[in-house]
Amino acid sequence: MITIEGLTKDYGRTRAVDALDLAIPKGEFFGFLGPNGAGKTTTIRILTTLTRPSLGRITVGGFDLVRQARQAKLLIGLAAQNYNLDRELTGRESLHFHGRLWGLKRRARISRAEELLDLVGLLKAADKQVREYSGGMKRRLMIARALMHQPEVLFLDEPTVGLDVEGRRQLWGLLKGINAQGRTIFLTTHYIEEAEELCQRVGVLHAGRLIALDSPAALIAAAGRVVVDVFEDGRMNSHFFEDRAQAGRFATSLEAAATIRPANLEDAFVKLTGRKVIE
Amino acid sequence: MTGAWPFFVREMILIRRRFWKMLLSMAVSPLLFMIAFGWGLGGRMRMEGSDYLTFLVPGLMAMTSMTRAFAISSEINIARFYWHIFEEFQAAPVSALEIVLGECLAGCVRGLMGAAVVYVLALAFGVRIPPDPALLAALALNTFIFATLAVGTSMTVRSHADQALLTNFIITPMAFLSGTFFSLAKLPAWAAAVINLVPLTHTTRLIRAAALGQPWPLSALIVSLAFAGVFFFLSVKAVRLAQD
Repeated sequence: MITIEGLTKDYGRTRAVDALDLAIPKGEFFGFLGPNGAGKTTTIRILTTLTRPSLGRITVGGFDLVRQARQAKLLIGLAAQNYNLDRELTGRESLHFHGRLWGLKRRARISRAEELLDLVGLLKAADKQVREYSGGMKRRLMIARALMHQPEVLFLDEPTVGLDVEGRRQLWGLLKGINAQGRTIFLTTHYIEEAEELCQRVGVLHAGRLIALDSPAALIAAAGRVVVDVFEDGRMNSHFFEDRAQAGRFATSLEAAATIRPANLEDAFVKLTGRKVIE
Repeated sequence: MTGAWPFFVREMILIRRRFWKMLLSMAVSPLLFMIAFGWGLGGRMRMEGSDYLTFLVPGLMAMTSMTRAFAISSEINIARFYWHIFEEFQAAPVSALEIVLGECLAGCVRGLMGAAVVYVLALAFGVRIPPDPALLAALALNTFIFATLAVGTSMTVRSHADQALLTNFIITPMAFLSGTFFSLAKLPAWAAAVINLVPLTHTTRLIRAAALGQPWPLSALIVSLAFAGVFFFLSVKAVRLAQD
């Protein structure tokens, strides 16, 4: 569905994305992880035609993103990181505006808007101006808007930023449902548990380069399935082991306090990048 | 060109939502100018063969339609810098030309609303300008020039403050000096030459000629059309460049 070959983006002397190669098949829920400044948003902006690449070739649904941008755009839905909604329009008007932009006829626009408002639970608030919406409502409206023209690929840039736990869980359910309909989803996030919960494959971007690409389970296994956290001198160091027996032997040999736990994607991420997602 | 329609419709929804507020705010400056310069200072003055208020009203129509059409730049700035909704425009399968056209047409509507407010106020002050398609066409051309300029500049500036500077240093002086309030025939030749470099001078000539039932000055028409073409081309280019 998406192929990226040698994607590079320079801003002056700063290389934001460095020779990125990636292929995402149709229907995959793909997660893009990276610390702040890793190049995730730049990549998603390029993939949604908002920014031009410096080098490389990208196709979406077989259409070249630079030379056949108009056709490619018809296949792409984007929910950006910012709440990029017109606050003076109502929720329903926002969807209709988007539908007009993507060339939907009146009847299709009306039925699609009502269907999506229902899907994201905004039917009752549809005629309120967006300025009256909470953060969670705005996020859900942005996802509904991105789906208005029935795109084959949905790009979500940090979709759960600023949401409380309940709002995040609701959105996850919604996204799983959208993916189950066969839509490809490309998600950037710095919530590791989000990627672990939702994504079939995860790419780890660090300083503009793709340093790992696999399923969350495989990335965790590669790092070591069991972690021993050792607390010494007010610091915590994590040690990775293949199995619990090895981890147990290591823990009992220590004088310092230690805990044994299963590894998670965050551990794999820290081992790969040497950094936490947010620092 | 159908891609221009959504932008136009969106702006019309916003105008409908703020209609009375907009009309009232459009009326304030022209009303003050008519009282101060029409009744107060210019009561017994004549300008280019007309009483001053009759001379002033077409100038006010030119000025108000210009400032109101140019005001679309503030909307675009807010959309771009604060609400980030320009991203949605750029991600849509529409061309830069369609974005510019839609926004410009919306700017024209705002400008023509401003001119209509002046027209109605002028009636209250006893100045009746016969409705004439030539007047409407001249006003439409004026609003188109400044709406395209607004789109182009709002895509080029780096902040809302830059846009305000542009208004303070270019639009406001132009509004007062382009023959809107006085006859350029009274100016020294060098000053008139400088003032002839700006588009409002020429569109004011067209608007005033149409309002007073005179034929359009051909040179003013040619220069105005040239400004419209160049500004439109540059604003399409500016929207394309804004992608990075």
